[in-house]
Amino acid sequence: MQAFTTLNGLVAPLDRSNVDTDAIIPKQFLKSIHRTGFGPNLFDSWRYLDTGEPEQDCRGRPLRQDFVLNLPRYQGAQILLARDNFGCGSSREHAVWALYEYGFRCVIAPSYGDIFATNAGKNGLLTIVLDLAQVEQLFREVEQTKGYRLQVNLRAQTVAAPTGQVFGFEIEAALKERLLLGQDDIGMTLERRDLIRAYEQRRLQERPWLFPDLT
Amino acid sequence: MTAKTLYDKLWDEHLVQDFGNGVCLLYIDRHLVHEVTSPQAFEGLRLAGREPWRRGASLAVPDHNVPTRARAVIADPVARKQLQALEQNVKAARIPYFELSDERQGIVHVIGPEQGACLPGMTIVCGDSHTTTNGALAALAMGIGTSEVEHVLATQTLVAKKMKNMQVRVSNRLAPGITAKDLILHIIGRIGTAGGVGYAIEFCGEGVSALSMEGRMTLCNMAIEAGARSGLVAVDEQTIDYVKGRPFAPTGDSWTQAVDAWQDLRSDPDAAFDRTEEIDAAAVAPCVTWGTSPEMVASIHEQVPDPAQEADPVRRAGMSSALSYMGLQAGMPISAIRPDKIFIGSCTNSRIEDLRAAAQVVTGKRLAGNIKQALVVPGSGLVKRQAEAEGLDSIFLNAGFEWREPGCSMCLGMNDDRLEGGERSASTSNRNFEGRQGAGGRTHLVSPAMAAAAGIAGHFIDVREYLCAADAGNAN
Repeated sequence: MQAFTTLNGLVAPLDRSNVDTDAIIPKQFLKSIHRTGFGPNLFDSWRYLDTGEPEQDCRGRPLRQDFVLNLPRYQGAQILLARDNFGCGSSREHAVWALYEYGFRCVIAPSYGDIFATNAGKNGLLTIVLDLAQVEQLFREVEQTKGYRLQVNLRAQTVAAPTGQVFGFEIEAALKERLLLGQDDIGMTLERRDLIRAYEQRRLQERPWLFPDLT
Repeated sequence: MTAKTLYDKLWDEHLVQDFGNGVCLLYIDRHLVHEVTSPQAFEGLRLAGREPWRRGASLAVPDHNVPTRARAVIADPVARKQLQALEQNVKAARIPYFELSDERQGIVHVIGPEQGACLPGMTIVCGDSHTTTNGALAALAMGIGTSEVEHVLATQTLVAKKMKNMQVRVSNRLAPGITAKDLILHIIGRIGTAGGVGYAIEFCGEGVSALSMEGRMTLCNMAIEAGARSGLVAVDEQTIDYVKGRPFAPTGDSWTQAVDAWQDLRSDPDAAFDRTEEIDAAAVAPCVTWGTSPEMVASIHEQVPDPAQEADPVRRAGMSSALSYMGLQAGMPISAIRPDKIFIGSCTNSRIEDLRAAAQVVTGKRLAGNIKQALVVPGSGLVKRQAEAEGLDSIFLNAGFEWREPGCSMCLGMNDDRLEGGERSASTSNRNFEGRQGAGGRTHLVSPAMAAAAGIAGHFIDVREYLCAADAGNAN
């Protein structure tokens, strides 16, 4: 995955709570066996007037002109401002792949679905939690100001508004480190293969019934 | 020693290493695999030249986009490609696999417990959020994403952050005719879809102990709909009885040892929870969701709520948008809502007790004229066989329902079982999100008995009206 250090990005506001991963990427696109190709179908049923099908060329499909990501002022947005419980529901990592491929590098919301947030962290998409009042303020400022951008600094754990106001945010130390380095954690885990083997040997003695071979 | 919750115990037992920064390396005992969230993980392994760590710890099955009839040939070429990819991937990796023609095939969360592949005290993961279902066995069961699927395949571990402990204590018992589905919808209505974010929820109390194992699975299944990555129920006699004799369950001395160890799979009496919610089971009525989030739920005797009465502006906007999507008016009685299609199935409600409950309502009756289609989709080939042995298939067929082959089906409409734009369902599944069952489709979540009753009446109705009538009939 790509490292995340700083971002100066245009902000798009998605003003609804409980945005589920079915809405982020509808089920028909989950039949793909690849990690790419989901960007054009991000928010498919909110973004287009027709129903999208997998492997369809989306250029030329009729757009819902009033959907926020279709408004000219938000073209090229890299930061998605969202509400409570963003990414709830299904575990589909395709939701993160779709957001990333569309161009988003960061989401700001008061809370996230747990699995979505974990998936985001595995793909270099930064999910920032700000409190309700701060998010509310950002929604107001974004809507009032064309070309509204935020500066995100992961190392400093800050989001800076054009007004000069700076919001701090919390992030787990391990996740921060991985995002800054763009690291894959399978390699890191396999460095601990001896620990895993030792654990298995001990459990095999203590709890042999946990190791039935299903083959 | 400090008192521990069931979740604490399961977590501590599976700790390979605590990194000391809130993140741990957790050993995974069982990994369930299906066609939708695994292809990219297998591709990742191949690209990195990695092999699965412990093949026999996984179990793969196709379920999400399989047809529920005429399955010798998969007509949809995109689905076919994905099903073939699963087969090729698991065969190349030599992972245990129930193919489509195997009678043991079914919805991944139904077959795991059914086969005894999921056991008390295990850590269980699957690239599917409803893995929570398996928590009914006092196992730590979590849904994971595809990157994590790859990680588990490669290392048999998960890099995970410990969640907080929530207890949902259910006092008293559900009234006759009220099911685990009504209970969990009621709970989600109370704590909200974000209420459990960051928590593992342990369900306990008389109202939970009194549930059958299948009812507990329904309860834990929808813990994710309350935002919790895991749901749990402690071990009791019912748990042990359920597991005993299942194909992959331990036998002989190993069984005795296991049962002995499983006695500890309950929270210590003085264990501390970060949060506790009290629910009175006796106050739960049959539930029907009216909106596009499972928390938008009412009892059958209530009305569709009025957004104007909601003080919070974000919630008000959410309610208005849901009512507009659902084509409902504030104030109309829930019982006046008329579904077009009935779906009985999904990892929430496709086990034998679910089918029995629905069949009991349907016996000797016919679908109402406004019902365009009614599907019964058993959770596995074995559930299907059991139901047929009991004659449930004939009861459904005689009433006008279709009797299908096992799979996820209309829960998410990845195959051709789906709602068309504007169609309304009474569905025993778990999500009423916009477009979940088909673009433009409108989903009302209910219990199997309530779905069956809606099919017969042509509108939502308190199932107890039918059950009382049936009892009276039997008495005569």
